[in-house]
Amino acid sequence: MSLTRSKRTRPSEGAAGALSLGFTTAFLSVIVILPIAALVWASRKDGLHQFWAVATAPEAVSALKLSLGTAVIVAVVNAVLGTITAWVLVRDEFRGKRVVNSVIDLPFALPTIVAGLTLLALYGPASPVGVNVGFTRTAIVLALLFVTLPFVVRTVQPVLLELDRETEEAARSLGASELRVFRSIVLPNILPGILSGTVLAFARAVGEIGALVLISGNLPFKTEVASVYVFNRIQSGDETGAAAVAVVMLLISFAMLLAIGGIRFLVTRHERA
Amino acid sequence: MNVRRLDGARRSAGAGLPAPKRVRVLKKFGLRSVALGYLLVVLLGPLSMVFWRAFGSGAGHLWDSLSDPNTVHAFKVTLIIAAIAVPLNTVFGVVCALAIVRRRFPGAGIVNAIVDLPLALSPVVVGLSLFLLYGRTGWFGHWFQAHGVQILFALPSMVIATVFISLPFVAREVVPTLREIGDEQEQAAHTLGAGAWTTFWRITLPSIRWAIIYGVVLTTARCLGEYGAVAVVSGHVEGQTETATLRVQDAYENFDVAGAYGISLVLAVMSVIVLIAMTLLKPKEETS
Amino acid sequence: MSIEIRNISKRFGDFQALDDVSVDVDGGSLTALLGPSGSGKSTLLRIVAGLEWPDSGEISLAGEDASGLTPQKRGVGFVFQHYAAFKHMTVRENIAFGLKVRKRPKDEIARRVQELLALVQLQGFGDRFPAQLSGGQRQRMALARALAPEPKVLLLDEPFGALDARVRAELRVWLRRLHEETHTTTVFVTHDQEEAMEVADNVVVMNKGRIEQVAGPRELYDAPANEFVMSFVGQASRFGAAWVRPHDLRLSPTPGDGSREAMVDRVAHLGFEVRAELVRDDGEPFAVQLTRNEAEQLELARGQIVYVRPTRETTFA
Repeated sequence: MSLTRSKRTRPSEGAAGALSLGFTTAFLSVIVILPIAALVWASRKDGLHQFWAVATAPEAVSALKLSLGTAVIVAVVNAVLGTITAWVLVRDEFRGKRVVNSVIDLPFALPTIVAGLTLLALYGPASPVGVNVGFTRTAIVLALLFVTLPFVVRTVQPVLLELDRETEEAARSLGASELRVFRSIVLPNILPGILSGTVLAFARAVGEIGALVLISGNLPFKTEVASVYVFNRIQSGDETGAAAVAVVMLLISFAMLLAIGGIRFLVTRHERA
Repeated sequence: MNVRRLDGARRSAGAGLPAPKRVRVLKKFGLRSVALGYLLVVLLGPLSMVFWRAFGSGAGHLWDSLSDPNTVHAFKVTLIIAAIAVPLNTVFGVVCALAIVRRRFPGAGIVNAIVDLPLALSPVVVGLSLFLLYGRTGWFGHWFQAHGVQILFALPSMVIATVFISLPFVAREVVPTLREIGDEQEQAAHTLGAGAWTTFWRITLPSIRWAIIYGVVLTTARCLGEYGAVAVVSGHVEGQTETATLRVQDAYENFDVAGAYGISLVLAVMSVIVLIAMTLLKPKEETS
Repeated sequence: MSIEIRNISKRFGDFQALDDVSVDVDGGSLTALLGPSGSGKSTLLRIVAGLEWPDSGEISLAGEDASGLTPQKRGVGFVFQHYAAFKHMTVRENIAFGLKVRKRPKDEIARRVQELLALVQLQGFGDRFPAQLSGGQRQRMALARALAPEPKVLLLDEPFGALDARVRAELRVWLRRLHEETHTTTVFVTHDQEEAMEVADNVVVMNKGRIEQVAGPRELYDAPANEFVMSFVGQASRFGAAWVRPHDLRLSPTPGDGSREAMVDRVAHLGFEVRAELVRDDGEPFAVQLTRNEAEQLELARGQIVYVRPTRETTFA
């Protein structure tokens, strides 16, 4: 009797559960998976050789290099200044902190094309402060810093808020210097947050277009980033060329997601142990 | 020993870390100026420019450029797209979060990763993918063309692109909240006789409502501001498939700088409203 | 309303939570499921409620097979350790929930909720939110909520586990009284043997997914079925092949028939009672319970050598 009735499923969960799972899978398939599959398929249509030839065309390589290079700079700046900003927002007290705190989210709320336009107004040819970096790589870095600003701040801030201040006090009472306290107590706790925020900022920087179209000038081999290159290929009807570089960007995105997943896994394993 | 104890009291009063005072003040003001200076250069300076430039040529001129029929149409298109994409992604986000958190099904990790993909993927790549899927050589292009349905260079592809781009936000907000509230309340409702549907409406939904609203605000902001993916699939036809963000670029490139700043101003005001909504919602979401 | 549990087994991955468990709970009784953590007691309770599904076995409520029923259809009231209060509802709405789901008329719901508020002594708290209540009040609200639909069976999972000692003691007496008034078949899970002995008429002792003994509190203490029950319910120490309770040991300053030498390690004065910790000649530590008078007569002090003789021993085959 007990054997025949083993492995029962919950009757109440059956219908509702299957429905929610079915809807989720169907929606993701239509909106995300099918288009991505179409992209991968289109890039491989003319064979792997052709794909490689198109993806390594000099202009494509230059655009990809520029995107990755600026993204690395932006990621590093974010890791350092984002952490400092999060620290100041949690541990410091000053007038207007609440306002500053909410302004951090502005790049999430402001359309990126508007961000590009405003940067051009302040740091472009008609700059009121006398700084003209318009249509240069510096402008690209500035625009990317604008759109990626919240990532590290917002991943580090909650961890800092929850950090047990008593562990720092314990370290101090054991004779640790301020630098030592930061390095051996605070940093290990906020490092996963810094890393995942930095990775997200990097991914966003590699793929950004809206903030760049107006301020970068889009000069091939100089200020043309990968996303703009893909866009221009589409506009000139070169779908294969666009797809090849797009697939490279897709692979970078997957790698970044994998990295974030890895960081998350390490953190939870640490907590479980 | 007494000093240490006083530290505890000082900390709770919000004064901060025990260290020689002069060093602390220096360190703190140093860090504070670094952080605030950074925000000023990268964020606040540029933003203030929109307001300055938009009003630079007078309110009358501003009104003229905003009442241009193509501009009005562009805002309409943007709002229509948001009105479709936001509800779709809200329903999806909640259902998807429930599936991920409450049913530990095999492959939950993959679903999780796919939901995150739009956060890490270039909008242009998204646009190109849709372009290839629904274009004349794409898998679906033929079928839709044969049935006289225009997907590419028309509203449907722009909506799909926006849904893709703004997919993660509701789900990302609801998942941790669902995890945090646990399933005890839902189990209690079951033992009291409530079915799956009643439990969802009366117990689960009220507990996650602030997370949903916060997610909706983020989704709306993303929909209103989307540029890259829509730029690829829309075809950029003035007065037809042009959204507000595309219109900014169009105006700027056609030397209508005042027009570009005018539209930007409206979009910036919208995002400031979104920002205020986010600020007001956040603490509630954290305490509920 | 009786509960019959037949051959229930449940695995969580590699962990055998329940291993072929069978037990009957009489209608109208107040039963404790007692065991250390990981013994399977909570899992068993959740299976009875339908919140967890066994890999095999059957549950009958009032003689009817309930194995295939969802928790909604079982007619059980369940009280969670951490209250599971509906945070967005007032106390009144929390208690009314089960009745509203059953679509009872409004005036009946209002009357019943009022009754229950009085029963759990929360009159005047009806319009508060759970966050505005103390732990003990929240747990009483959870109890009222579970009782509202008049369940055939009331199940409580470590109901007092999250409360401080004083409130816990109060609620124990109160649960006992509540049961005397309602006579609802009640099963509660606890890891505290004192709580089980004080509140329940009947105690089911569990260990490692199996039932070790089912008995009344007195029988459990006086006639434990095995070594596990002997040592888990009340204190016991080993004397050769036998087990002895701390109050079944006599100390004397001189050696006697069947006595063993021991050294006093610590003496704790607990009011009327004195607890002495000793170390036997073979190095085994054990405890003795004596009255204040006895301790004073012996003039017990650390390092003193005394002779121990058991007055009552229990041996297991």
